[in-house]
Amino acid sequence: MSDTTKEPILSVQDLAVTFDVRPEGAWPWTKPLKLHAVGGVSFDLKPGECLGVVGESGSGKSTLARAIVGTVPSSGGRIVFEGKDLAAMDVRQRRGHRKDVQMIFQDPLAALNPRMPVGDIIAEPLVTHYPNTPRAEVKARVAELMERVGLLPNLINRYPHEFSGGQCQRIGIARALILRPKLLICDEPVSALDVSVQAQVVNLLAELRRDMGLSMIFIAHDLSVVKHISDRIVVMYLGRFMESAAARKLCTRPEHPYTQALISSVPIPDPVKERARKRPVLEGELPSPLRPPSGCVFRTRCPKAQDSCARNLPAISDLGEGHLVACPFHAPAEVLAPA
Amino acid sequence: MALLEIENLTVTFQTGDGPVNAVNGVSLGIDTQETLAIVGESGSGKSQTAFAAMGLLAQNGAATGKVRFDGKNLLELPQAALNKVRSQEIAMIFQDPMTSLNPYIRISDQMAEVLTLHKGMSKREAVAEAVKMLDAVRIPDAKARITMYPHEFSGGMRQRIMIAMALLCRPRLLIADEPTTALDVTVQAQIMQLLGDIRREFGTAVILITHDLGIVADFCDRTLVMYGGQIMEEGATTDVFASPSHPYTLGLLKAVPRLDRDDDILQTIAGEPPDMSRLPKGCPFTSRCTFRQDSCADIRPALTDFDGTRRRACHVPTQEVA
Repeated sequence: MSDTTKEPILSVQDLAVTFDVRPEGAWPWTKPLKLHAVGGVSFDLKPGECLGVVGESGSGKSTLARAIVGTVPSSGGRIVFEGKDLAAMDVRQRRGHRKDVQMIFQDPLAALNPRMPVGDIIAEPLVTHYPNTPRAEVKARVAELMERVGLLPNLINRYPHEFSGGQCQRIGIARALILRPKLLICDEPVSALDVSVQAQVVNLLAELRRDMGLSMIFIAHDLSVVKHISDRIVVMYLGRFMESAAARKLCTRPEHPYTQALISSVPIPDPVKERARKRPVLEGELPSPLRPPSGCVFRTRCPKAQDSCARNLPAISDLGEGHLVACPFHAPAEVLAPA
Repeated sequence: MALLEIENLTVTFQTGDGPVNAVNGVSLGIDTQETLAIVGESGSGKSQTAFAAMGLLAQNGAATGKVRFDGKNLLELPQAALNKVRSQEIAMIFQDPMTSLNPYIRISDQMAEVLTLHKGMSKREAVAEAVKMLDAVRIPDAKARITMYPHEFSGGMRQRIMIAMALLCRPRLLIADEPTTALDVTVQAQIMQLLGDIRREFGTAVILITHDLGIVADFCDRTLVMYGGQIMEEGATTDVFASPSHPYTLGLLKAVPRLDRDDDILQTIAGEPPDMSRLPKGCPFTSRCTFRQDSCADIRPALTDFDGTRRRACHVPTQEVA
């Protein structure tokens, strides 16, 4: 569990990521449109804490992860990792911090080079960052990690296609951990896996986090999985921050209308409970991120929207105990309880 | 009498590695206006069961057994007669709506084609009917948008169009193969609500093929659990969820994290799903089962009735599975 007195290991402040997008059929010399993939997102991550980030497709959660790792340039705000602003660094300075922040990806097979044996895949980050490591040590570390993530070390010379999806994800985890990172970012790590295998990988991640004292950012669209593994959850919609709170509180007494809609959309695998629930279904669909609504981006689908929502960006209210909500009309609702 | 009855269905694919049995002796039935869930993980044979029943197997696949609909065995029906059933009596919607729609043809033409071809309507009548159906699946401003191309719609809207298209001929049975897997949760909730409304309004029976136990709990009267190409258990959804009678169902229900509970550790099913080209002689779940006995690997348990309305395929007595 996280310690409230500790300094955050990562502090993201007012982060913005913009992409240049050329409208369909536009002339090559037309000025590109700005797509605000992430705007004004702030959060702190304490050492050893697991922060969940949830949102639907287009919510900017993966872009957020990429900006923190540094594969996508940020266009505003600060990414303070252990007291240093990563966003302000040049590529060379930043490279020194890459080994502290590692990532695992959604599609485990696509994330692995099909022409490399598994041993080399797992060893690659180590060999890249510490080229002088003796071969015997590399081999020992790879074997140790393979065992740690539940892969038989005698599979070291096999190729990725010989493994199942769950095993490939274990390889990805081993590769991300070989540098002993301080922060592990998991971008939809179990979405592509079957239910029975998904639980194995979720448990493995929780175990590794505890044993290695890892800080973790766990991104997924499946709120049930995120709630299970995270201490705290951030909810995003169309690149904007909506609400954050302790995982249990967020799921049982959410304050933001979007969080409430999101939770009531998740079906519970219990026919008696599920059929007794009141399920207000959110109307409409995600607006285009190229033309986001003015003011609060959620207002076009929000059951509580007022005229003022179109004019002003919603202020963030602090409800105490780290519960933040970006809605002036927030009110608690017990969305899991029977109607 | 059951609307659709599948009897001892086996699907075999000829592959480079030899024959693969994707479905092994599956028997099931669905009544009019009933909703049946077929639950399983990838490779469990849940989709291939439906594909075989509809005559949609890939070139290298062959089905044996009986698929009775209205007293006819669909597996033996000539192409023309089968097409008539598939178009007017049974409809199917798929996971990815974009690959099921022709990207080069306007929605109006794709939908009208169904009616001009099968119902002999004129183009004008057909388009009017299609607009009505798009209204029924709640596509806003359907009249204007029907002339658009598939790519101009979002994923949720495309799935609505697929549902509208499937309902054009008022089928008696709708087979939905993972209809919401590609969609976001809030859109999934919209589509499931729509399917529920449609089912009540048109009296359509629905077979829902999915891996999502939450949707099943919400939507289906009866649940059938498949693993390794075989039925593990079947019963009323409330019974199967409240007292799973098969070790696999039990494990599956425990492995899903739930929003309404705070478990510290998820109970997992050890191991990986079976290699379908090398299935064990006995129960396909044997190697991962915590209840296994000596006989499990060699003798395949028969699907037997119990409790009046339920069926299960397991050597372990029901009361011991808990």
